[in-house]
Amino acid sequence: MNDSTQLSLDNMAGPAHEQPVAKMREATVRVKDLNLFYDEVQALKNINLDIPDRQVTAFIGPSGCGKSTLLRCFNRMNDLIDGCRTEGKILIAGKNIQKKKVDVAELRRRVGMVFQKPNPFPKSVYENVAYGLRIQGINKRRMLDETVEWALRGAALWDEVKDRLQEPAFGLSGGQQQRLVIARAIAVQPQVILLDEPCSALDPISTLKVEELIHELKQQYTIIIVTHNMQQAARVSDRTAFMYLGELIEYGDTDQIFTNPDTKQTEDYITGRYG
Amino acid sequence: MDDLNLGHHISRQFNEELEDIRNKVLQMGGIVEEQLGRAVKALVEGDTRLAKQVVTDDYRVNALEVEIDEECTRIVARRQPAASDLRLVMAVIKTITDLERIGDEAKRVARMVEEELNGAMAEDVRHELEHMGNLVREMLRMILDAFARLDVESAVRVVKADNRVDVKYVSITRQLMTYMAQDPKSIPRILNILWAARALERMGDRCGNIAEYIFYLVHGRDIRHIEVDDAVIGIAAEQDRTRG
Repeated sequence: MNDSTQLSLDNMAGPAHEQPVAKMREATVRVKDLNLFYDEVQALKNINLDIPDRQVTAFIGPSGCGKSTLLRCFNRMNDLIDGCRTEGKILIAGKNIQKKKVDVAELRRRVGMVFQKPNPFPKSVYENVAYGLRIQGINKRRMLDETVEWALRGAALWDEVKDRLQEPAFGLSGGQQQRLVIARAIAVQPQVILLDEPCSALDPISTLKVEELIHELKQQYTIIIVTHNMQQAARVSDRTAFMYLGELIEYGDTDQIFTNPDTKQTEDYITGRYG
Repeated sequence: MDDLNLGHHISRQFNEELEDIRNKVLQMGGIVEEQLGRAVKALVEGDTRLAKQVVTDDYRVNALEVEIDEECTRIVARRQPAASDLRLVMAVIKTITDLERIGDEAKRVARMVEEELNGAMAEDVRHELEHMGNLVREMLRMILDAFARLDVESAVRVVKADNRVDVKYVSITRQLMTYMAQDPKSIPRILNILWAARALERMGDRCGNIAEYIFYLVHGRDIRHIEVDDAVIGIAAEQDRTRG
């Protein structure tokens, strides 16, 4: 890896204006008896799992198994879907985010999300990263500059874009755009980062850069990733959850899941067998 | 995961590749078995011609080891096997190393026969060696059979059978020491016999190693350096727990 892609955590402790960041991030996500319905169709069935702090948890399973639906529960993205209702609890840092009075905008600041296709705003590289801060009312130039640099460094993108911060974000490559979106997500210092197939539109080298980034980010954030790429789950995650037909079939250490899974369904899926 | 069904991959080609390495291990095992049988026969009968044959044929074992090794590397590179597939490939890589070494030990026994045995072996020692040789052959046969059928129970029996070979080895050593004490001039020749007995004892150990790989392949537990009975009890307890 050359200098331009070298990941730096030197500045990961937070932008200068917030130092020292002594806030303890106890963002363990706890899911209790979660059921989710799209109208009459039950998409998640009695899900129970605890997601450890500052680790990478991967959700794997065939299309339609509910893994993205589950991921979207963690920042209430499913609220946007008509006819979608949930039962049960999701605790993030001890607070049930399912409650009506929860400030969803604030929740989404604490629980950032990155999608399959990079979705930068039609703005400059700089403004993409600064966006979250601006909507929080932060407009001081120095503070924005610091945060943008810190977030771009954290996303291993700074060296590649530092001379083109004012250029449109759409001019970046797909891999760079995805890292830009990750920078945008971490700029507001979330506790949890949700990644919904973040590499499926990227080439292998960009994929490796994002995976390396995930590895670095987990020192600061709780990361949950949905991926169809089993090898990716094996490479990046500490814990793996296998889902099938809306149920959580098996959840355990990634090492164990990929060498000696407990259930036949998991075994069949990760080894590419038909059940 | 006890229920290893090694076929049934969506990729039929992958099925065939895994089946192929398995078959080749058994083929290699068959050759090693033959080599061992001939080495023991040569030892017991002092047949130097047969011994020479064993030495020359060792290349067949070596060639298969290299071939299977390469195939395993290719599977890892191209298929990134997981779970039981991964354990199969790992078990195969390790098993062929031990099989190759058993082949080497058979060659070593044959070399002893070639070098100097005629007349050196007392009848009782010959009898003991034959017995020990047959025990090891039986272990090898059982372990190959256990590998073919992924039969953990047989594998565990092989680990236990190794104790009998070890006991035999100690008793032969004692016997040979007596002969050496009686006739110091015979020491060089008797040492040869001792080395042959030692080679047989090592083969037993290697069959025990393969038994451990089978256990790993089937149960996903590494039982090297622990008592096999404890491992079996552990698995049974775990299965009880899972059944609730």
